Amino acid sequence: MRNTFAKTIYQIALKDKNVVLLSGDIGNKMFDQFKKDCPKQFINCGIAEANMMSVAAGMALCNLRPIIYTITPFTTIRCLEQIKIGVAYHKAPVVIVGTGSGLSYSELGPTHHSLDDIAILKTVPEINILAPSDSIELEKFLREAVKSELPTYIRIGKKGEPNLHSLANNIAIGKANFLKEGKDFIILGIGPILSEALEAANLLNKHGLDVAVASMGSVRPLDSNFLIKIKNQKFNKWITLEEHYSNGGLGSTIMEWIFQQKLSNKVELTKLGVPNTFINELGNQKYIRRKLGIDSEGIKNKILSI
Amino acid sequence: MYNKLNLISISLRKKIINTSARCNIPHLGSCLSCIDILVYLYWEELKLFIKDSTNMSRDRFVLSKGHGAPALFQVLAEKEFFDRKLLEEFGEPGSVFHEHPPKPGLIAGIEAATGSLGHGFSMALGMALAEKINSLNFYTYALISDGECNEGTIWEAAMLAASNKVNKLTAIIDFNKWQATGRSKEIMALEPLDEKWRSFGWHVIEINGHDFNEMKIAFETCKSVENKPSIIIAHTIKGKGISFMEDDNNWHYRIPNQEELNLAIKELENIS
Repeated sequence: MRNTFAKTIYQIALKDKNVVLLSGDIGNKMFDQFKKDCPKQFINCGIAEANMMSVAAGMALCNLRPIIYTITPFTTIRCLEQIKIGVAYHKAPVVIVGTGSGLSYSELGPTHHSLDDIAILKTVPEINILAPSDSIELEKFLREAVKSELPTYIRIGKKGEPNLHSLANNIAIGKANFLKEGKDFIILGIGPILSEALEAANLLNKHGLDVAVASMGSVRPLDSNFLIKIKNQKFNKWITLEEHYSNGGLGSTIMEWIFQQKLSNKVELTKLGVPNTFINELGNQKYIRRKLGIDSEGIKNKILSI
Repeated sequence: MYNKLNLISISLRKKIINTSARCNIPHLGSCLSCIDILVYLYWEELKLFIKDSTNMSRDRFVLSKGHGAPALFQVLAEKEFFDRKLLEEFGEPGSVFHEHPPKPGLIAGIEAATGSLGHGFSMALGMALAEKINSLNFYTYALISDGECNEGTIWEAAMLAASNKVNKLTAIIDFNKWQATGRSKEIMALEPLDEKWRSFGWHVIEINGHDFNEMKIAFETCKSVENKPSIIIAHTIKGKGISFMEDDNNWHYRIPNQEELNLAIKELENIS
C-alpha cells in the first residue's frame, strides 16, 4: 500500500502545485522521484511529529494541501492535541497518512502497534477516518481526500497487501463495497485484514455457509445507507473485523449505530478485533493474527461458533 | 518620536484593565507586558488589509501566547477590524470574545486559535513555509512567551525553520521573566535565552520591549537578514504601566477590585 501511496501522491503533486508532502523522516528512497521532480513540495520535518502537524495546519490556512506521512502511532496519538486544535478545530484540510497501521509492524513491539488510533481520533470532531483495505481503495480515497475541504486521516498498511476490490466497485469516501456476496453471515471490515475474511469465507464454504464480506472503507463517515441495505437484505448476523482494539473502533461504531437505529433485536453483532491489552509475545503479523484469533482460521471458527 | 503610539498604548492599557475588572478576565500582567509590541506591530510593521482581512497578501500575525488575547482584541478593535461595540459582549455567555483567540473566521484579524502553548508558533512556521513555497509575498510574525519556551514544539519549530532558511518568519519573545507560578529561568533552564536561539540557527536581536525606537530598528534589521529566521527577544515587564502590578506575578491571574481599578486608571491618566 505504501508504494501505491508514493506513486499516487507523486502523480497528484505533479499536477497540483499546492500539494505538499511532509514526512516525519521516513520513506527512505520511496519519495526520491517526488523529491527530484517536485523539490519545493517535499519537506522532511524531522522526527518531530507534533510540530509537523501544526506546520501542516498553518500551511493549509494559506491554501496549501499538506499530506503528512509517517508511522501511525507517531502521526496520530503522539500529536493528538495538534490534530485536535491545529487541524480539526481550524478545519484545515490536512491529509494525515499513517503507515504500518494495526499490527503491520508487529515485530517492532507495542511502541509501533497502532490499535487505538481510530478510537482516539473518533473523539476529535470534523476529521474523516478512512481505513482502505487495499491499494485500489487507497488510491481512490487519497485522490478524493486531497480535494476535500475536511481534514482526513487515512490508516494504511505497509507493503505487499493483495488487492481485494474489483475495479468495477464504486469506491468513494463514505461508501462501503462488497468484496464477496453471500447470504448467511456478513463480515463488515476495514483495512487489509479483510484478506483474512475472504479466506475465511472460502473455508466456510466447505461447511456449507455462504458468507458475504464487505469493506466499510471508513469509520467516519459511516456508510449507514449500506448498513440499512444489508439489514433489508435480511442479513441478521453481522461480524465486524478490524486490526484495532475491539473497543472504540469500527465494531463499537456499528454497535452504537445498531442501538441508535433501534435494531438491537433484529441484528446479532459479533465484534472481532484485538483485546484491549499490550501484546508482549511478539511475532510477525501472521503469527499475531493467529494468536489473537483474527486470521482466517480464527474468523472461521468464530463464525462456526455463532 | 512615537508620541502617538505612546498615547495609543496608554489608552489600550486602560481598556484592557477595565475589561479585566468588568468581565473577570485574567492574565492582566501578560497583556500589559506585550501591549507595546502589539501596538508597534499593528501601527508600524504589519501589512494589513483591514476591510479585506483575508486578503492573501496580508502579513500574518499569530499570537502564540494566546492568553494575551484581551490585549490583541483591543488592538484589533482600535484598528477597526470589527466594531468596538462588539467588545461590550466580552466574556458574556455566547460571545466569541473570551480568554483566548478562537479559530479564524469568528473575529476578523485573528489568524489562529491559540491558548494551548506551543501550537501557534508551529502554525506560523507553516504559514511562512507556504509563503516560501508559493512566493505569496508576505511576512509572518509570531509572539511567544518565555514560559511558552518550556514547550518542546517551540524548539522543534525553531530547528525546522532554520533548516528551511525561512527568513520571512520573525518571532518575538515577550520576555517578562515570569510564567504562571514562578520565575521562568528557575522553573526550567531558560537562560541563556539569546545563546539558545542563536545556536538553533536564528538571527537574534535583544531589545527593550517597551521602547518603540528599539522596535523600529529591530524589525528593520529582521527584514534584511538573509537565509535564516529572526527572533526579537523583547525584555518586558509583566504588568508594565501600573506601579503596583509591575513585576508582581500575582497579576497573572488576579482581577483588580474597584479600588485597584481606580488607582490603575488614575496612574495611566497621569502619564497621558
